[in-house]
Amino acid sequence: MKDGKVIKVGMADLNVAENPDKLMTLGLGSCIGIVLYDSAVKVGGLAHIMLPDSTQIKNNSNLAKFADTAIDVLIKKMVEVGARQTRLVAKLAGGAQMFDFKQTSDEMRIGYRNEMAAREILKELGIPIVADDTGSNYGRTIELDTSTGILTVKTINHGLKEI
Amino acid sequence: MGDIKFNNLNEGHLDALSEVGNIGAGNANTALSQMLNKRIDMDVPSVKIADFDEVSGVLGGAENLIVGILVNVKGDINGMMIVAIEKSSAHKLVNMLMGQELNELDGFTQMDLSALCEIGNILASSYLSSLSAMTGLAMEPSIPHLAIDMAGAILSVPAIELGKVDDRVLLIKNEFLEGGESVMGNYILLPDPPSFNKILTSLGAAE
Repeated sequence: MKDGKVIKVGMADLNVAENPDKLMTLGLGSCIGIVLYDSAVKVGGLAHIMLPDSTQIKNNSNLAKFADTAIDVLIKKMVEVGARQTRLVAKLAGGAQMFDFKQTSDEMRIGYRNEMAAREILKELGIPIVADDTGSNYGRTIELDTSTGILTVKTINHGLKEI
Repeated sequence: MGDIKFNNLNEGHLDALSEVGNIGAGNANTALSQMLNKRIDMDVPSVKIADFDEVSGVLGGAENLIVGILVNVKGDINGMMIVAIEKSSAHKLVNMLMGQELNELDGFTQMDLSALCEIGNILASSYLSSLSAMTGLAMEPSIPHLAIDMAGAILSVPAIELGKVDDRVLLIKNEFLEGGESVMGNYILLPDPPSFNKILTSLGAAE
């Protein structure tokens, strides 16, 4: 089988890919990588979101920046290339708290808030979260292989895992 | 006071902001030279209006391993400041400061981490105090926070904070080098949009 190409997704960005291509995002910190996958057609999607909720922010034209709007757009794009929303499963990575802010007000725990927002939205949409590697205090690079649906999570001091 | 948005920042504004970087970084470098009893050089500053995608790459790539010391800045000027030190330089720094002779590949001890955090604190404070003197604007640094990780992950913190108000980020970045050789690290100041307006106004460069 030939190797697919690797499509990079930046911060506040999203993209879809089909078998055998891969989707990758580098150095996730407090942002969340939301991965959606339809195994029947081997279509994957990845959104690298920064903030939980577009409705709380005035300047919200960048749809890939927020969990709520990014998931909507990602699903639409995946459906366009043959995925079905009812078949989608989700994987989450990121949402770390990179710095040990002593005043851990909710305001500063943005990684956690991003994760909770993603979970809630996916639940409302009936998309099950089948794997995750979230929280803690370290950065992650993730790569989705659309031929298998496996998400590889790479870290500096916390090893490499496949989820 | 004018209200300069990202779209109408012109060459003159950027020059003025890069001068801000020079003053701040110059003062921080003096502090670092004194600590190490060594000459520390500085590269030309870069002032960047960056998309989020670019932000994660400004420190040698999103996966580059760095020691990042972050302070929140509050007062007339709001934003964040990061002192980013290349990992190998960070080992050198603590070893020089503490008179240790350790293998560069060794991990950091708790003592090393405290020292690095304090170094970052001193450098950020020196940077900000000279800037404050120059502009007459108050900028209070928070206690320093340290992380050793991928540059992209560390930079996500100011990107998110500033991302609440805009889709772009203004970065004032100065590299510092030892004896004109390899990069030791960077000072990065990220003022929010009202703050860079205030800085420009205070310098008479807002027109």
